[in-house]
Amino acid sequence: MRTHGVVKVALLVISIVLASSSAFGRSEAFKGNIYNPGHLKPVDSTLKVKVGEPAPGFELPAITGERIALSQFRGKKNVVLSFVPAAWTPVCSDQWPGYNIVKDLFDAYDAVLLGISVDNIPTLFAWTNQMGKLWFPVLSDFWPHGAVADTYGVLRSDGTAERAIFIIDKGGIIRYINVGDINKRPPLEDLVEELGKLQE
Amino acid sequence: MSRRKAVTLLSVVAIAVSLAVVNAHSFGATAPQKGDVLPDIKIPVPLNNDDKAYLGVEQGAFFTIPQIKAAVVIIEIFSMYCPYCQREAPEVNRLYSLIENDPRLRGKIKLIGLGTGNSKFEVEVFKKKYNVPFPLFPDEDFMFHKSFGEVRTPYFIGVRINTDGTHQVFYSKLGGLEGAEQFLRLIIRWSGLNEGGAQ
Repeated sequence: MRTHGVVKVALLVISIVLASSSAFGRSEAFKGNIYNPGHLKPVDSTLKVKVGEPAPGFELPAITGERIALSQFRGKKNVVLSFVPAAWTPVCSDQWPGYNIVKDLFDAYDAVLLGISVDNIPTLFAWTNQMGKLWFPVLSDFWPHGAVADTYGVLRSDGTAERAIFIIDKGGIIRYINVGDINKRPPLEDLVEELGKLQE
Repeated sequence: MSRRKAVTLLSVVAIAVSLAVVNAHSFGATAPQKGDVLPDIKIPVPLNNDDKAYLGVEQGAFFTIPQIKAAVVIIEIFSMYCPYCQREAPEVNRLYSLIENDPRLRGKIKLIGLGTGNSKFEVEVFKKKYNVPFPLFPDEDFMFHKSFGEVRTPYFIGVRINTDGTHQVFYSKLGGLEGAEQFLRLIIRWSGLNEGGAQ
């Protein structure tokens, strides 16, 4: 085998080994109903917004039946947008239940959380019911498919969203963007630290 | 092939093989079952004096679970992000209270929690939210989780620590306690705690 061929094979082995080593916790709350998509390309989109720019407006249906518009928080609340890739997948199923027990942290920074996924309402309803009663709105960016995610530049090529967090201040300006590795849950302390900067 | 290329090639292959071996070892792990010994994990000694005193592991930077000063240790593998663990937290606290309020059990049965994929901050959030009275430890990089067979959460493991320093797992199960009193009775019976020989 030629040198570069062997190196390619070795690098492939390394990448497979590293990919398979990304672990995640799985709550028994979801029983055996979590679909494991395997290790995914960490980021598969290009941002279309920047920190310091006005956040693009949107209005989406929530699982409660109401429609939520970003504009309704203007001048009243800081807004955290939490895009997750897909319902019934490993990391996503772990992320929002964590946010569900820290409402006090969001309140401390006068912030609301909006959870957004490209799944449809029935799917989101069934999935989030396993998490307990969520205190924050869960919005469906299903149709036109992923339109809001696409506007922000976090729609992946397979139609799912990135695992992304945007912090938008009361003036409607984007103050923080995190498009993280889709295979990993962003640490809670990073979000809390960024919320703290809104008060500086 | 030049000497430089050969060295590069060998280095890459060596790294790949090493990673594969390490990974295979971690992924080969399964949850310890009744009669097994625990995986050899080293946990940082807590900074909190109350936790140190509770565990009786005040020396050194790390401790192993069999070094905990107890006859029985109950390990809860949990996550701050796990809804089941959140719902179960008050019942686990009640188990702790049942033990601590019984002079026959206090000091003999101890609880610890391992926060799967949780940072120190996240474990502290869980501890504060549910007023967890026993020591919780972060497992941010999932190393403990891999050693314990990547179980779903919550998962409980009961370990009997013998006076000669040996230990055996006597309980290993996915899911909640199904009632603190019933769980405690089962732990006492299965561990043989009333049969003497405890530390």
